[in-house]
Amino acid sequence: MTPRLFDSKTLLLTMIISIASGKGGTGKTTVATNLAFAIGKAHILDCDVEEPNSHIFIKPEITSKSPVYIPVPEIDKSKCDFCGKCAEVCAYKAIAVLKTDVLVFKELCHGCGACEYFCQKKAIKEVNRTIGYIETGEKGDLLFTGGKLNIGEAMAAPLIKEVKNRVKLQMTNIIDAPPGTSCSMIEAVTASDFCVLVTEPTPFGLNDMILSVEVLRKLHIPFGVIINRSDLGDDKTVTYCEKENIPIIMKIPFDKNIAMAYSQGKSIIEALPEYKQKFIALYEDLKERIE
Amino acid sequence: MKELVILSGKGGTGKTITTGAFASLAKNKVLADCDVDAADLHLLLKPEIKEESDFLSGTEAVIDKNLCNECGLCRELCRFDAISEDFTVNPIACEGCDFCANACPQKAITMQRNPKGKQFVSETKFGPFVHAKLGIGEDNSGKLVSQVRKKANEIGKKLKSDWIIIDGSPGIGCPVIASMGGADCALIITEPTMSGLHDADRIIKTAKHFNVPVKLIINKYDLNPEMSDKIEDYCKSNDISVLGKLAFDKTVVEAMVNGKTIIEYAPESEISNALREIWNKINTEIL
Repeated sequence: MTPRLFDSKTLLLTMIISIASGKGGTGKTTVATNLAFAIGKAHILDCDVEEPNSHIFIKPEITSKSPVYIPVPEIDKSKCDFCGKCAEVCAYKAIAVLKTDVLVFKELCHGCGACEYFCQKKAIKEVNRTIGYIETGEKGDLLFTGGKLNIGEAMAAPLIKEVKNRVKLQMTNIIDAPPGTSCSMIEAVTASDFCVLVTEPTPFGLNDMILSVEVLRKLHIPFGVIINRSDLGDDKTVTYCEKENIPIIMKIPFDKNIAMAYSQGKSIIEALPEYKQKFIALYEDLKERIE
Repeated sequence: MKELVILSGKGGTGKTITTGAFASLAKNKVLADCDVDAADLHLLLKPEIKEESDFLSGTEAVIDKNLCNECGLCRELCRFDAISEDFTVNPIACEGCDFCANACPQKAITMQRNPKGKQFVSETKFGPFVHAKLGIGEDNSGKLVSQVRKKANEIGKKLKSDWIIIDGSPGIGCPVIASMGGADCALIITEPTMSGLHDADRIIKTAKHFNVPVKLIINKYDLNPEMSDKIEDYCKSNDISVLGKLAFDKTVVEAMVNGKTIIEYAPESEISNALREIWNKINTEIL
């Protein structure tokens, strides 16, 4: 079983819904932000730290901004005897020990702490390296937490983990996940009560959705599918979901008004108010599935 | 030989459609799909796999229960919360850092290397194609991307190709950095939305950070012409050449549904002509 962040039996009101997709650009942020607006009182966490967009739609008033670090080694050369143990135990080749020098390649370091632990001379201490930052803010009753990875930084997962540590108890938490199916996506969806996969009914959308389905099954996270632009493409996505017993929990047909609103950073609910009821219904449906 | 990588920052802006079009238009090239955890280019190129190899990268800790005396040191040291209370390792959480294996007083932990995906070299009607499939739930996608690129370059050198054309992944992190370092051009596909501009800005800054020259295409520009102008202004003030603008066209989805590149499916369409013009510009400006 996936480790749950919280025991939902003792904290009935704490809920974590993640919004993911295999393929990018299918409408994750659209679903996440409109769901949040429809609920009214919720906490949205932008875990697409490489290309975060939720803030464009939520427009929160940012109240705090804090850097996120990973620990990297710093060598005190006056204590070091260049024995080479630190380089030997580093699985990422982030340390090279020369005859009279030690080189640390900080961007290769995963911050496991082995080098410091095994250094006999106590010549290594860990220092913080900033990989990005987290902003928090509010918009009415909506709470916002978003991570932003620094430009040129490769490792997104530790930052996503930090964003997720800000999950709020006794509240509905909506996680806007990054696209893909690798470590970042897994970090974002892990410990969700339910994952909503947003897809489009095209061969690319289906191919990538199937990969996400395999990941979610491996993680034992319950999930359902939203088909966005549901009238552009073919019916293979529906056929696949039926065959695999995957619930299709919503369909959003293509609408130029939605595309226009999106392009301007407006929610669907703002552009087409009849969608408010649809997203409220989606929320009720998700609650029932989680309980 | 020039290396062109198609990127976007934001997902779903049309990277693979564009790469597919270039597959039809470019002569003497090797194609590579570096979106290894959500690869789609094969759906257009219909590859015939010629070579298949395991992607070996990193290791995972395995605890021998017969040797383990449950002292708890490994759980205490592991920063990735990968070891459970009953001393089993969660392979998805394990980062393969070897810390536990090196520290275990009972020597009960070994690091095992398992295949974490597959790499393929294929033949297609458009030319050789290198692609990959990352194992479900595996990390190290950056390393697999590097291997795919390396293989494509080897083939390109052998065949004296003019181009390595790479379909990249969304985002600005590990696999994207691995796919663009040292390339001759990062071609950014964006869309006229606030998200598109925001994300294009971040990928362009990333490319500049790694000294990769940037050019840009605006896809579906007519969905919001005002925002398109904004993106063009942004490009002008950042000294980035806009190679062209593509109009929203439902034919693109039809071509995809039929498993064809847009050039194959609708060679005389407006969008195909626009892509042809873009490809000619790339030829004169880069090659």
